[in-house]
Amino acid sequence: MLNRTADSVARATPEPLARKVRGISDKGLAWLFISPTILLLLAINIFPLFWAIYLSFTNFRANRPNEVVKNLGLANYKRILADQDIWIAMQTTAHFVFWTILLQTLIGFTLAWLIDRKFRGHAFWTTIILVPMMLSPAVVGNFWRFLYEPQIGLFAYAVSFVTGIPATQISMLSNVSLAPWSIIIVDTWMWTPYVMLICLAGLRSIPEYIYEAAEVDRASNWRQFWSITLPMALPFIMLAVLFRGIENFKMFDMVNLLTGGGPGSTTEVASITLKRQAFESWRTGYSSAFAIILFVAVFGLANIYVKALNKVKQR
Amino acid sequence: MSLTVKRKSRWPIWARRGLMENVATAIIAIGFLMLFQPFALALYTYSFVTMLAGTAMFIIVSKFPE
Repeated sequence: MLNRTADSVARATPEPLARKVRGISDKGLAWLFISPTILLLLAINIFPLFWAIYLSFTNFRANRPNEVVKNLGLANYKRILADQDIWIAMQTTAHFVFWTILLQTLIGFTLAWLIDRKFRGHAFWTTIILVPMMLSPAVVGNFWRFLYEPQIGLFAYAVSFVTGIPATQISMLSNVSLAPWSIIIVDTWMWTPYVMLICLAGLRSIPEYIYEAAEVDRASNWRQFWSITLPMALPFIMLAVLFRGIENFKMFDMVNLLTGGGPGSTTEVASITLKRQAFESWRTGYSSAFAIILFVAVFGLANIYVKALNKVKQR
Repeated sequence: MSLTVKRKSRWPIWARRGLMENVATAIIAIGFLMLFQPFALALYTYSFVTMLAGTAMFIIVSKFPE
C-alpha cells in the first residue's frame, strides 16, 4: 500500500525536478539545511568581529563616515594600554566581578542545598526565588533606583530601621563608597536564582544510593557534604561561575540605569567606558581596540575555565 | 585475551598536549591578573600581549597529540 503511494508520488513528480532532488547527497542536503544558520551567524557574529578587528587599527569615527580612514597600526592598543583611566575602569570591573560571583555562588548554592531538602512547599518557594531572574534588567534597574531613594525608598528605611541612621542620610547611589555596593546588591539579587537553578540541577543529579552507602558507613552529615555533595556538584558550580563571570564582565545595563558610572567615575566599569568612547566621543577605532582587548580577556578566561571543567568532570 | 601494542609516538614528550596546555593556561592566567591588578601600570601595559600569546598558544597546542 505504502509502496504504491510512493510510486504514484514519484510518477506525479515532474522528471527534471525529481532528478535534481535525487541528485543531492545526504551531505549536500545537510549543508542545504544548515546554510541559512551559517549565513546568519557569519553576518551577525563573525563579520562584525573581523570588522571590529580591522577598525581597531584605524582612526575611523562612526559620526564622520565620509572622512578618510587612516591606518594607525597598533597606536590605539598602545594608547589604551597606557591609559590610567581605563586601567582604573578595569579594576572597577574586577571588583564587581569578584564580589558578585562570590556572593551569587555562596547564596545560590546555599539556597539550592536548602531547596533540595524537599521540605513542604519547596516548589512554591523555588518559583518565588526565580522571579527576579525573569524580570527585565531595565525594570529591575528602575525599581531599585526607587528603592534606593533616600526620601521615599524602602531600602533606606529598612537600613535606617536596623542601624538607626536617619533614612535621609542613606543615599546609596550618590555615596562614593556605597555606590559600587548598591550595584553589587542588585546584581546579586537578580542573578542568584540563576546560580541556584544550575546548582540545584547538580544536586538533583547526585544518585541517592551514594548517600545511602555513606549512611551505612556512618558518615556524618558534614562528611557527606564535603565528600559527596560538594565534589559532585562542583562541575555545575563551575559552569554557573563561568556563565556569570562572562556575563558580569560585560555588565552594562544595570550600571547604566542605576548610576551611569557615577558618582564621578567610581562605578565606571569597562563596558561604560567603552560605550562613552564609542557613542559619546565617537572614537570608533579606539573603542574597537578596547572591545578586542576585553574579548581576548574573556576568551582566555573561558579557555582556562573549560579546561578546569573537563578536569573536574574526568575525576 | 587480546594484547594491543601501542605505537610509540615520535612527538617529543615536552611538546605533549597536557603539559603545553598547562603552560598556555598559566600564561593566560598571568595576563589576566596583570590586566586587573591595581599595583603597577607597566604590568597592565603588557597584560594584553601576555594574554593574547597565551590564548594563541592554547588554541595551537590543544591540537597536539596527548
